[in-house]
Amino acid sequence: MIVESAKQPDNAIYSQVIPAGDYWMKTLKAGQTLRITDLEGNQAADTLFYSADDPGERYSAMDTIREQGNIYLTAGTVLMSNLGNPMLDIVADTCGRHDTLGGACATESNTVRYALEKKCMHACRDSWLLAVAENQQFGMTKRDITHNINFFMNVPVTPEGGLTFEDGISAPGKYVELTARMDVIVLISNCPQLNNPCNGYDPTPIQVSVWR
Amino acid sequence: MTNTTTLGEPLHSGDLPGGAHWSLRIGRGKTLRLTDLEGGANLGMLLYNPLDLLERYNAPDTLKCQHTFKLTKGHCLYSDMGRIFCSIVDDSFGWHDTVCGNLSKKMIQERWGEKTYQEYRNDWTLSGHDSFLVELAKYGLGRRDLAANINFFSKVVTDADGNLRLDDSAARPGAQVDLRFEMDTLVIFHSCPHPLCRAPQYPKKPVSYQIFTSPPVADDDICLNSREENRRGFANTRLYNGLAH
Repeated sequence: MIVESAKQPDNAIYSQVIPAGDYWMKTLKAGQTLRITDLEGNQAADTLFYSADDPGERYSAMDTIREQGNIYLTAGTVLMSNLGNPMLDIVADTCGRHDTLGGACATESNTVRYALEKKCMHACRDSWLLAVAENQQFGMTKRDITHNINFFMNVPVTPEGGLTFEDGISAPGKYVELTARMDVIVLISNCPQLNNPCNGYDPTPIQVSVWR
Repeated sequence: MTNTTTLGEPLHSGDLPGGAHWSLRIGRGKTLRLTDLEGGANLGMLLYNPLDLLERYNAPDTLKCQHTFKLTKGHCLYSDMGRIFCSIVDDSFGWHDTVCGNLSKKMIQERWGEKTYQEYRNDWTLSGHDSFLVELAKYGLGRRDLAANINFFSKVVTDADGNLRLDDSAARPGAQVDLRFEMDTLVIFHSCPHPLCRAPQYPKKPVSYQIFTSPPVADDDICLNSREENRRGFANTRLYNGLAH
């Protein structure tokens, strides 16, 4: 569902461009709104959320899709935790559909998906592992790297039970906005994948902005 | 409606009553056969590497490596490390879920009313979520280690708009699935109802399990050959087993 935001860039309290292959790990306070913008189109922002009070409570793809009865995320979706609590609301979305089934690329899964020789190519899960290592104040490790959202990715399920990776329906400047219902740690990997036609083999920057 | 593969005499057999949990360590070269005795059971399952518990079943990698939403014969269940815990070598059920997670205590209270142990003893109503927590804790694992699980014998379909539905009509007494283990695996499982179950009563459906010695993996093996990706997954797993033993 396409819902545009009334928020003005001039009023944002924070704004940062994240190059492809980098991570972004920050705390968002309850009531604050986060906008992720796909600056050049067809990029994937692989995103995880954790309760800032107890990172053992985190975004759960299963709880989210089961409770809304639908596998796609868009405006109106409530992101649910593994304890069944609402964490954030998607309040605006100019892309229309985001994936939460396909997970994040890893060096190991790249060997399976693409070729055994691709084992040393940069991947989202490497970015996340560096993020948790460099941000030990959050007390996280590999066991906290879980099943994520792929903002701007289009992964349709067929009636026969197939999973397809379609060309992105995103485009330059498309964005998604989320308002936090609790204090959350946001962990984004701006996907470095060079083997997937979904991003035209060209990973590009995203922008992250926060409103009070 | 049972599997047609012949596996000889089982090394071990066990039963899990409905609404219960258990765990097993199953070695490479063994096959686990699960049977839905009455039809309508749900068997939640998680998989871990007993030598490195940080290596665990990864539903997204399993789905995207094989371009599938459902799990059935020919599919492999992948770890987050690009290796195959086990292969689905036979399956008379045809469509197992791995995206809907678990029943929670809150859902039980809302749908059926909770039955406490004090009042109902073994007829109490356990949740899949709590069942996993108990079994995981036996190995030093906890809530942070609870990944997306498989729900065997539960068919969850989507429509063109992505709406999810549990297809109760798929239930068959005697339905079986055979999992051939390609590496040593810690198997955590429960028989609590599927989280989309809307039966009038909390269903208590038993599942039996048997463990066999696996026949050798043939060159024309259905799981090895179902996708190019799986040939690479098998290569990764063989490398790991070969270097580790």
